[in-house]
Amino acid sequence: MSDKKEKTPRQKMPEQAPDVRRRNFEEVPHGYTAEQAQLEASRCLQCKKPSCVEGCPVNVGIPAFIGRIQEGDFVGAILKLWEKNSFPAVCGRVCPQESQCEGRCIVGKKDEPVAIGNLERFVADWARSQSDIPMPPIAEKTGKKVAVVGSGPGGITVAGDLIRKGHEVTMFEAFHKPGGVLVYGIPEFRLPKEIVAHEVNFLERLGVKVECNIVVGRVVTVDELLNEEGYDAVYLGVGAGLPTFLGVPGENLMGIYSANEYLTRSNLMKAYLFPEYDTPLVKGKNVVVFGGGNVAMDALRTSMRMGAESVKCIYRRSHDELPARAAEIHHAEEEQIEFFFLHSPLRFLGDDKGWLKGVELQEMKLGEPDASGRRRPEPIAGSTKTVECDMAIIAVGSGANPLVTATTPGLEVNKWGYIVADEAGKTKKPGVWAGGDIVTGAATVILAAGAGRKAADSIHEYLTWGW
Amino acid sequence: MFKILTKQELAQGTVVANEIHAPRIAGKARPGQFIILRVNENGERIPLTMADSNPERGTITIIYQVVGKSTALLKSLNVGDTILDIAGPLGQPTPIEKKGTIICVGGGTGVAVLHPITRGFKQAGNKVIAIIGARNKDLLIMEDKMKAASHELYVCTDDGSYGHHGFVTDVLKAQLEKLGSEVKEAVCIGPVPMMKFCAKVTKEFGIPTMVSLNAIMVDGTGMCGCCRVSVGGETKFACVDGPEFDGHKVDFEELGQRLTAYQPQERQAMDLYQRKCSCSS
Repeated sequence: MSDKKEKTPRQKMPEQAPDVRRRNFEEVPHGYTAEQAQLEASRCLQCKKPSCVEGCPVNVGIPAFIGRIQEGDFVGAILKLWEKNSFPAVCGRVCPQESQCEGRCIVGKKDEPVAIGNLERFVADWARSQSDIPMPPIAEKTGKKVAVVGSGPGGITVAGDLIRKGHEVTMFEAFHKPGGVLVYGIPEFRLPKEIVAHEVNFLERLGVKVECNIVVGRVVTVDELLNEEGYDAVYLGVGAGLPTFLGVPGENLMGIYSANEYLTRSNLMKAYLFPEYDTPLVKGKNVVVFGGGNVAMDALRTSMRMGAESVKCIYRRSHDELPARAAEIHHAEEEQIEFFFLHSPLRFLGDDKGWLKGVELQEMKLGEPDASGRRRPEPIAGSTKTVECDMAIIAVGSGANPLVTATTPGLEVNKWGYIVADEAGKTKKPGVWAGGDIVTGAATVILAAGAGRKAADSIHEYLTWGW
Repeated sequence: MFKILTKQELAQGTVVANEIHAPRIAGKARPGQFIILRVNENGERIPLTMADSNPERGTITIIYQVVGKSTALLKSLNVGDTILDIAGPLGQPTPIEKKGTIICVGGGTGVAVLHPITRGFKQAGNKVIAIIGARNKDLLIMEDKMKAASHELYVCTDDGSYGHHGFVTDVLKAQLEKLGSEVKEAVCIGPVPMMKFCAKVTKEFGIPTMVSLNAIMVDGTGMCGCCRVSVGGETKFACVDGPEFDGHKVDFEELGQRLTAYQPQERQAMDLYQRKCSCSS
């Protein structure tokens, strides 16, 4: 019986030691070697009805690409990935695999699941080092023009899908560099910017035009794109784009950042390389970060790399409720990030020059489950404490930025300002689709890509058959 | 890439005016709005208000004071050179309508921003009184343009080297005493202390007052919250809610403090830049 055969264990990617990496911005894991990848691929059972594929928001043909790795056919593997995913090098690094593909893996029922994310990353990285991979085929030109607003994961997916279907695609980005959250949000040590640039460059080679510095809603409106600039359809993948603050006293003291600002300065503007790059960043000695999601983990780990002496994660629930990807929490813990669970901020304290010097916290306990199914944190009466800090980063989520919605008549938004769109991303305004965080509220890279995929199909249908 | 078409040095080279080819922005820009630019690949994003725009020529004009590395770097560019990135127009335009008598007060390079607003109010049929000031005669900018954009122009210098010897607030107060409630609105743009004291004066007379805030920014689209200012006890973002706010409600103390957040880094960057410049020249 196969039970007798010695099982191949899940292959670990070699990575930088925690003590070393917590002070540098280089990527943490080094990736598989070809031998390791083939060994890991051999663990896949090649299920006839693969549940991993159902767990993937863009339905990557997982057993198929892994099967090709088993055979050593890496070209075949990357082509298989590209069929469904425009940026596997990104997804392999940032997807929450444990709650998606790997969470459904049959091998994972008794053993550790197949490392699908690591394998995806391996294939994409291998392909990036090759110069002779055939480009995906492009359908005959349709003469239709599509404007993609926002160059994050959703926009990249829509642009990649529609250019291959023969449409003319222009992707507009408000910042000076394309990539959206992949560039301004996710740090270099988790997603090297060279990889994002490569993925965008791949789109450009397919024929997508990329225009940066275009703040849609200000320099051009959606109506102008449709009526004056000749676009047949518009996809809004602008992200959430509005920072949430805590709403407690003292929040405008110097040394307090929104995660958006802190990460944008560090990632997009490369403030961690100041003064080689001109954008500065306050270097906190004692840093506190509020929130427990991926963005909070990124902020925590970035401030540690900026040279902080102590970095604390302050979260109002407990370890079990942390919404961040398991690997990020694990990495943060290894990098000596301290976790303060069940604490909530009451007010920030400042000095006479306006700089942050401490934060007063309320201790919490978990009560009954709330609407999200998680146990609701409740204050413990009379139990407060003060923590000294000279820098605080607020990473408790984001809201809907009104810049585009407020300047687009006919676009319906809900009471929180998010765009109302159907399953296919169709908004109430003819010719306009939307997807990702500006529809669902803050979510993940791959969910934005999934929304982009559906919208691209719907846009293609519209351009072929009408609204 | 955005090409510099003209370059003019004002106020003994401490202020520079550039006309830049930026057709998309020029077609949309309105008084009170600003742009964010990045000079080169390693550069930071800095907000600069627009002093003018010309849709026919497809140009915008920026007038900026050289205060640190980024503006020094910008000044080092000559006609024909290009600026890597410019995004805009950003922020809310000034609400310009016919109201009656308007007083426009400008200090330092604030006059550059004030100019299109002043002109706009005059074109809208208002009686416009302008008051501009500088530390001394040599640092005064745009006197002729402000004269043309207003019905009456008063000039002040701190050292008395030209015009009224004293601050713009003195003249503002005198005008308000003279005209009283005939004045429907005051627009005050300049350094933070100047705006603060102007707002204090106009408050005594109950004159609605608009100020334009130069908070530190990164994206300029409301995404990062770096430019947050307290207005009437509420947090607002200067980049999307402003840059103009009710001067009687702005917490100038906080704004002044927040503007100092990166002073050590600004000095460090400037020192390195100057050393590099003196080595290479």
